[in-house]
Amino acid sequence: MANDLNTLKSSLTEAFAEKVVNLDEKLGELTLVIKAADLLAVLSRLHSDAKFCFEELIDVCGVDYSTYGSETTEDGKYVADVEHVGPRFAAVYHLLSITNNFRLRVRVFAEDDAMPMLDSVITIWSSANWYEREAFDLYGIIFVGHPDLRRLLTDYGFVGNPFRKDFPLSGTVEMRYDAAQQRVIYEPVSIEPREVTPRSLREENFARH
Amino acid sequence: MAEIKNYTMNFGPQHPAAHGVLRLVLELDGEVIERADPHIGLLHRATEKLAEHKTYLQSVPYMDRLDYVSMMVNEHAYVMAIEKMAGIQVPLRAQYIRVMFDEITRILNHLLWLGASGIDLGAMTMFFYTFREREDLFDVYEAVSGARMHAAYYRPGGVYRDLPDTMPQYQPNKIRSAADVKRMNENRQGSVLDFLEDFTNRFPGYVDEYETLLTDNRIWKQRTVGIGVVSPERAMAMGFTGPMLRGSGVVWDLRKKQPYEVYDRLDFDIPVGVEGDCYDRYLVRIEEMRQSNRIIKQCIDWLRKNPGSVIADSVKFVPPKREAMKQNMEELIHHFKLFTEGFQVPAGEAYAAVEHPKGEFGIYLVSDGANKPYRMKIRAPGFPHLAGLDEMARGHMIADVVAIIGTQDIVFGEIDR
Repeated sequence: MANDLNTLKSSLTEAFAEKVVNLDEKLGELTLVIKAADLLAVLSRLHSDAKFCFEELIDVCGVDYSTYGSETTEDGKYVADVEHVGPRFAAVYHLLSITNNFRLRVRVFAEDDAMPMLDSVITIWSSANWYEREAFDLYGIIFVGHPDLRRLLTDYGFVGNPFRKDFPLSGTVEMRYDAAQQRVIYEPVSIEPREVTPRSLREENFARH
Repeated sequence: MAEIKNYTMNFGPQHPAAHGVLRLVLELDGEVIERADPHIGLLHRATEKLAEHKTYLQSVPYMDRLDYVSMMVNEHAYVMAIEKMAGIQVPLRAQYIRVMFDEITRILNHLLWLGASGIDLGAMTMFFYTFREREDLFDVYEAVSGARMHAAYYRPGGVYRDLPDTMPQYQPNKIRSAADVKRMNENRQGSVLDFLEDFTNRFPGYVDEYETLLTDNRIWKQRTVGIGVVSPERAMAMGFTGPMLRGSGVVWDLRKKQPYEVYDRLDFDIPVGVEGDCYDRYLVRIEEMRQSNRIIKQCIDWLRKNPGSVIADSVKFVPPKREAMKQNMEELIHHFKLFTEGFQVPAGEAYAAVEHPKGEFGIYLVSDGANKPYRMKIRAPGFPHLAGLDEMARGHMIADVVAIIGTQDIVFGEIDR
């Protein structure tokens, strides 16, 4: 595996020299960071080039980096240790090559924080269909070129993108049956936001395991 | 000629063949499926978001509730991701125990699948047979963890405790006479491993029984042969893994290709299908049960000969021993810190995947160095499978949709998360 990773690493640098923003190996896993504009070109090459041959798109994961390394206060607000720089939303693609037996992680940041947009890879892998719908639903990332970008996991008529870091854990509305109106109604939540387990960081040289 | 229009039919969410809460919107031309649009999310609990607000250890029981018919394998991927990031070395005995329980879980999962998809296709008897064997395996779950389903037995660093020396016994009551109970307790006199060994000796015979009911059954073959055919290329493009991929003839199993824990020391075979239809996937799963049985036997042998520690010796990640905690201040502090604040995982990211009974189950963890994950993504095997339902069902009859849902081994706990 380690040998394979080095081969993969060198062929990636060779193939996408100017398109690689960052390529690093940690814990035996390769992570490739590319620009949103190069997304389709790089991924379709990764799929079809015999050197890579990534037949399977294992996963697409939306990530909201806005509070990375931030403290949370009692009422659930975030206080950053360091002000967050760089784009807020990213999609992380996990690829698997069955022929060559290796994996690759590709991370792409969406440039616009207010309207995060990325190209859809549904033409390369059909499995991207639901993964992109999920990331659209939960993070509001818009995948350009997706033929059927609907909400997937949330309720019919849901408002908001629940996995964004500024969306409260309790949600925004609660539902109950109203006897007077004889129907189910939605109201703003009555739950006070609270943090059950405060975030804590490890001091330098803390563990001695 | 009269004008003929397609019509749309709603299937589920409360339909016995929907395996939980699946709502399908079927566009039909007569009785032929033109398009199938699964509506999921009726069981969405935002497990991933909840995990962002909890310590790493508190999320372990949530894993059981993802795919609630293969509980321990879900935990496995999660603890492996943590161990990878934190650099914890798992003792060999714990690795064997985990592999053994992974395979027990695989049998549990395939038994439920066999019974449930049997009922879907009219083979009622299967359910009674498979649930008889599931009881025995649940008793093993109960003996080690105290819970029959949602075990929370795997922990970062190993497993919660060593295998006990006794099996729980049946007690006489109003319904069961003392003589009955004595007979039922016959194979429960020794340790958990003795009971399990007795099970592994009996189990191949049971699988033969299932096969006499189904494998050459004319009705079963009429319902499954040539239904939901997936070519190897399409299976890979649609992100299929596990039996769904192997049924199409792709030789791929993480236990062989990217071995984790002790799978590279064990002797087992990977069954592969030819046609890629529901019948081949049935045969693959039946053979997987026999292979799992073989693996369990090998694990039992090894575990008998090699006693030892079952959880890593790492004070910052693993709770201290109870006796030590009662006598020693340092241990008491560690215990308190671990169960209130939790442990911190170094900043970074990791993806750990296991060969789940349904396919590749993976956990992608992003940590910013805190005691809670920054982002946890669950890669559920059933999710791409159900996404492929549309393509698999096109051109088939309504009744075949039931066969295809059955063969996909759908469980909503993991798809909706």
